[in-house]
Amino acid sequence: MSEESDLYFSLLSIFSLCSVIAVGGATAAVPEMHRQAVDVHHWITDRGFSELFAIAQTSPGPNVVFVSLLGHYVAGVPGAMIAMFGMCAPSCTIAYCAARVVDRFRDAPWRIVLQAGLVPVTIGLIASSALIVARAADRDVPTLLITAASFALCYWTRVTPLVALALAAALGLMGIV
Amino acid sequence: MTGPDVPDSRSAAVPAGTAARHVPGAAELFLAFAKMAVCGFGGVLAWSRRIIVQERGWLTAEEFNEQLALCQVLPGGNILNFSIMYGSRCAGVPGALAALIGLIGPPMLLMIVAGILYRHYGALPALRGMFASLAAAAAGLLIATAAQMVRATVKDRLRPAHLVTLAAFVSAGVLRWPLLVVVAVLMPVSVALAWWRRR
Repeated sequence: MSEESDLYFSLLSIFSLCSVIAVGGATAAVPEMHRQAVDVHHWITDRGFSELFAIAQTSPGPNVVFVSLLGHYVAGVPGAMIAMFGMCAPSCTIAYCAARVVDRFRDAPWRIVLQAGLVPVTIGLIASSALIVARAADRDVPTLLITAASFALCYWTRVTPLVALALAAALGLMGIV
Repeated sequence: MTGPDVPDSRSAAVPAGTAARHVPGAAELFLAFAKMAVCGFGGVLAWSRRIIVQERGWLTAEEFNEQLALCQVLPGGNILNFSIMYGSRCAGVPGALAALIGLIGPPMLLMIVAGILYRHYGALPALRGMFASLAAAAAGLLIATAAQMVRATVKDRLRPAHLVTLAAFVSAGVLRWPLLVVVAVLMPVSVALAWWRRR
């Protein structure tokens, strides 16, 4: 019992720390999660960590849900819940407080200038993640063609991107990729 | 804290001077964020913009960019921060929680099922091709989203701010500099440009 609660406490403290250092998204804290889970606590092997990460990357949802998969591997369903709570609670509290501060000063010139100044950086960073994701996903000619076709469909037509995803999944299942 | 704050923050979701716009309640927020979560292969951002701006029309493209901008410099996932900020502006703390739970609840259940399967069978090689193919299609969707965001900002004419966007793309995307460095250098420049432009 006390061993279990020690484990839960470790999960909670590790992921609470990861939550605050993950500036730019949960992926920024993955190296620290790897260090803690593989090197410090020996909860999982290096290979196991990579496989879990790959499973989470290919599943739908925000990247942060990888934390629940890792927590589940370490300590079952309670582990998944605790790890996820640790990962979300600190950063979400900060976001909530930031929203209240920004709203309170929404007519202040500094607030308007700050927000206007952040937008160009944001767009550049989103374009960067598009490039990084594409580089990781496009390993050969078929995957590159799928990315190009999906881009064309999503950019120039009003068809739902689910069509692109479904076609891609079908191609993958048929063994074309 | 929520009592007097809610009507105040409600109006923040709808900027002054625009015609009355639909402000979603907690249930609508839950459904919209759950939808973007389950559709969101390879990242939720593309779907969040699509659902909130194009499909439901809850925010304009500019408002979406502005609300997302602050989420990127705060710790934690961008979309998680966005769910908290936008959800709380629309419907206070219940709205924030509804959006957050919609966003992480369904994928978490899926992760737990995947975790149980992994424990029994390991990584399933039969599905590897499908996942690789899905990741490639998701990359195309994200590129399209980034291109739409760029297109929306250059509709008037090119400004110095576009150089900031380009610099962020080259430093973070092409050169892979640490995000903290990129933000610490470009944010002051970009804010100074915005201040200079406003004067």
